[in-house]
Amino acid sequence: MERISVWIKIDEEHVVQALQEAAEKLDGFEGEVALDFSALRRIDAKALRTLEEFSGIARDKGVKVVLRGVNTGIYKVLKLVKLGSRFSFVS
Amino acid sequence: MSTREAVQEQIQVSIAASGLSEERIAILEKLVSQARTAAAVFTQFTQEDVDRIVKAMVLAGLEQAQPLARLAVEETRLGVMEDKVIKNMVATEFVYNYIKDKRSVGIIREFPERNLAEVAEPIGVIFSITPITNPTSTVLFKCIMAVKTRNAVIFSPHPNAWRCCSEAIRIMYETAVKHGAPEGVFACLESHTLEDNAYLMHHKDVGLIDATGGPGAVKAAYSSGKPALGVGPGNTPVYLEKTAELNTAVTDIVLSKTFDNGTICASEQTVVIDDEIYEVVLKKFADLGTHICNEKETVLLARTVIDSKTGFMQPLAVGQKAADIARFAGLSVKAGTKLLIAPIQGVGREHPLSVEKLFPVLAVYRAKSVDEALKVCVDVNHAGGLGHTAVIFSRNEEVIRRFSEVINAGRILVNSPGSVGAVGGVYNDLAPTFSFGCGTGGGNSTTDNVNLYHYLNIKRVARRTQAHMWFRVPNQIYFNLNAVENVHQFPSRSTIIITNPALERFGHVDIVRRFIPEGTHVHVTVIPDAEPEVKVVMQGVQELNFYKADQIIALGGGSVIDAAKIMKLKYESPAADLGELATPFLDLRKRVIQYPTEKINRARLIAIATTSGTGSEITPFAVLLDKEHGRKVTLADYSLTPDVAIVDPQFVMSMPKGLTADTGIDCLTHALEAAVSSFASPYTDSNAMQAIRIVFKYLPIAYEQPGDEEARSMMHNASCIAAMAFANASVGVNHALAHAFGARFGVAHGRANALMLPHVIAYNASVPMKFLPSPYQKGYLAHKKYATIADLLGLGGHTIDEKVKNLVAATEQLLDQLRLPRSIAELGISKEEFEQAMPDLTKIAFADPSWRSNPRMPLMSELADLFWKAYRGRGLGDEAEASQQQASGQTV
Repeated sequence: MERISVWIKIDEEHVVQALQEAAEKLDGFEGEVALDFSALRRIDAKALRTLEEFSGIARDKGVKVVLRGVNTGIYKVLKLVKLGSRFSFVS
Repeated sequence: MSTREAVQEQIQVSIAASGLSEERIAILEKLVSQARTAAAVFTQFTQEDVDRIVKAMVLAGLEQAQPLARLAVEETRLGVMEDKVIKNMVATEFVYNYIKDKRSVGIIREFPERNLAEVAEPIGVIFSITPITNPTSTVLFKCIMAVKTRNAVIFSPHPNAWRCCSEAIRIMYETAVKHGAPEGVFACLESHTLEDNAYLMHHKDVGLIDATGGPGAVKAAYSSGKPALGVGPGNTPVYLEKTAELNTAVTDIVLSKTFDNGTICASEQTVVIDDEIYEVVLKKFADLGTHICNEKETVLLARTVIDSKTGFMQPLAVGQKAADIARFAGLSVKAGTKLLIAPIQGVGREHPLSVEKLFPVLAVYRAKSVDEALKVCVDVNHAGGLGHTAVIFSRNEEVIRRFSEVINAGRILVNSPGSVGAVGGVYNDLAPTFSFGCGTGGGNSTTDNVNLYHYLNIKRVARRTQAHMWFRVPNQIYFNLNAVENVHQFPSRSTIIITNPALERFGHVDIVRRFIPEGTHVHVTVIPDAEPEVKVVMQGVQELNFYKADQIIALGGGSVIDAAKIMKLKYESPAADLGELATPFLDLRKRVIQYPTEKINRARLIAIATTSGTGSEITPFAVLLDKEHGRKVTLADYSLTPDVAIVDPQFVMSMPKGLTADTGIDCLTHALEAAVSSFASPYTDSNAMQAIRIVFKYLPIAYEQPGDEEARSMMHNASCIAAMAFANASVGVNHALAHAFGARFGVAHGRANALMLPHVIAYNASVPMKFLPSPYQKGYLAHKKYATIADLLGLGGHTIDEKVKNLVAATEQLLDQLRLPRSIAELGISKEEFEQAMPDLTKIAFADPSWRSNPRMPLMSELADLFWKAYRGRGLGDEAEASQQQASGQTV
């Protein structure tokens, strides 16, 4: 089992796809995954669902998920759908 | 788990126990979860985003207005298809016209003059119950409102209108999502059970219940414990008054009551008609296709359309045509009859047709007078229509006013139809709606036509306001030696000089008389040299009236000038109640009791100061002794300020040393307290600082060399300059302490101030235990102000602390130079006596308004602490310290 940090850049157009790919990388992984949201202006319902699923998989595998560069609008959305507590946030 | 979550869980458990299956709960949870996500995503949308989506929805609704109306009539078997088309168009086009330019995202309204802004916050998930009577129009309206305000809605349509409603929701949903709205923004329960509704009404993620429908649904909504808009039944009274334009009135009533077969809850129910026009009006109704029932027909009709057990309308009649209802009742009516009118003789259970009838049956009542008509309308209003809608046809404004006062209705419509009028935007400027708030009368939280603002949490952003301040002093102030000569420039027919016996003996009155223009009648009123009593003031007023004075010259110290101010007030405004005028206040501009502005007499007040300390010659304050009630009354209002002040040092040259010291320290206290006051401004600061500088320089000279003209003159000026500061910035805790102590132990005001002063400076300069609200200042400044004063006096020091200490030391030194007592103990007051007085002293000092502008809000224990410090003064050691701690009940 490797214990490293992985940095994944999420872009506005491919949020769902990027999260799904990131989820696949979690197999056999131990450490911290940092998702870079700094290019994301908004988040939609599909992306939220995928993010929720991703956090569930990460939790099951003992992987910590860090969100970086989350704007205040998306941060509020995560709070409203009660996903905020599942992640660490760095600016 | 939070308390809220625990309660939610309990509710869910109890609902599940009442018959909701786990599968059903899972379905409902999914609906809520989708709506919650949609609402969360929606928070990121801009005004332009929602406006674009709303416009598309409105156009789709307009396009589908007819199919939806047809579907509604087919499914519900209620109403008139053509009218439902109109309703659908109002719900889209008229609503759009009302909301299109209104902001619902971000800052929605700004009030720059009040430094206020309103910012929209969506509610989140709304659970909405829709009625059978206006099914599709209500859905269209609510969908548009929800998107405009970025909310998600879960709909629970009436079971007998589910198909048409779910179709309307589908059209709105698909259009909204196509144009960018979040998925899941609308959902519709596929079946309607009370358990479903109860579950959703109690769900923790539902932010608002919007229930339009029958009383059961509305009551359930309000009983849920959630914020709710519950809009239920009405019973609209109509007063058709004799001055009305009858053709318009009758047409409007027929139009309205037959609109969609009377299904709108704001439609007319009982028309009260003035006796004089009754027959004419019925004829006009008949001419427009109305059948007027006779007595027997009225009975038959009532039996058919009203449930005799409940007293409410029979569901089978709701939304049916008049001809069909007549047929059910066994009445014979002409073909094309559109409305049945039934005369009634009263309101209540014995008059069944006086209740709400959502079908084209109208009760009419013949009233013998306006009073009777209004009373019957009130009866109808109270028979199930409280808070809803009422209508009056009249051209008599007085009758319209009386109607609007006695009727409790959220919408009182004048000379317009009830149903179409209440909907808004057609006949008037009410907000277009399909939900009528009925206020507390109807068990609702609003009387408004429900509109977009009810779908928002409106946040008020209140910016700090810069309160207006002021600097007010007499128009004319004459100072320096022989300034009294200026009296000659004020013409007068009758002048009264108010003074005290000593000043008369010294010849000061004669000096003043010399400068009063010839031909002026002059009368001298001598009053005791003490704080003025009510009796003394009233005697003075009598003399002012007797001599019809147009000028008052107050020659004396604070007591004489204060007496003259109050005499002038009572002379000019005899009805002024001095006790009432002394009512305490926090802010001069917001005080409850206002000083009189109407005056029956007018007199100029010239104040000539004969002591250098009180500054009464220019202040808006006056103290009165109310012996009858055993209290001092402080009056404060700028109308008390003398018109002219004369600060002539010739009147203070003979002041004895003790008085020079006492009044000089009073002046210093005024300046120091004004400097650190929470009302201080650059205007008052400049005066306060200058006065402090003069006092430190010239008071010792005036004390040691009483004949020194310059020192006397400068101290006299300092007194007036300090007064300019405290007349506008007020004083502080030093005065509160001195007032309480001086009154209890009979110690002169200036001397009492001196005993407190060094301790108060140290107290104000330290970090407050409690801050006093002070919108006028930015941050806590007292210690910095003291440091500035120390710099001004050249006292040295590098830090603020050092400078404050140096100021305290310099003040101590000044008091020593003036040979003033440095402790209360020195006055011969025993520790026991002082200890005994302490509870009263602290209470009285705390009640004193003087400290309201102190930079530090004193706690009672701190006041006791200060009193004990003053008692101990310097060098009394541990014994006094122990007493102080014991009395204040705290460890210092």
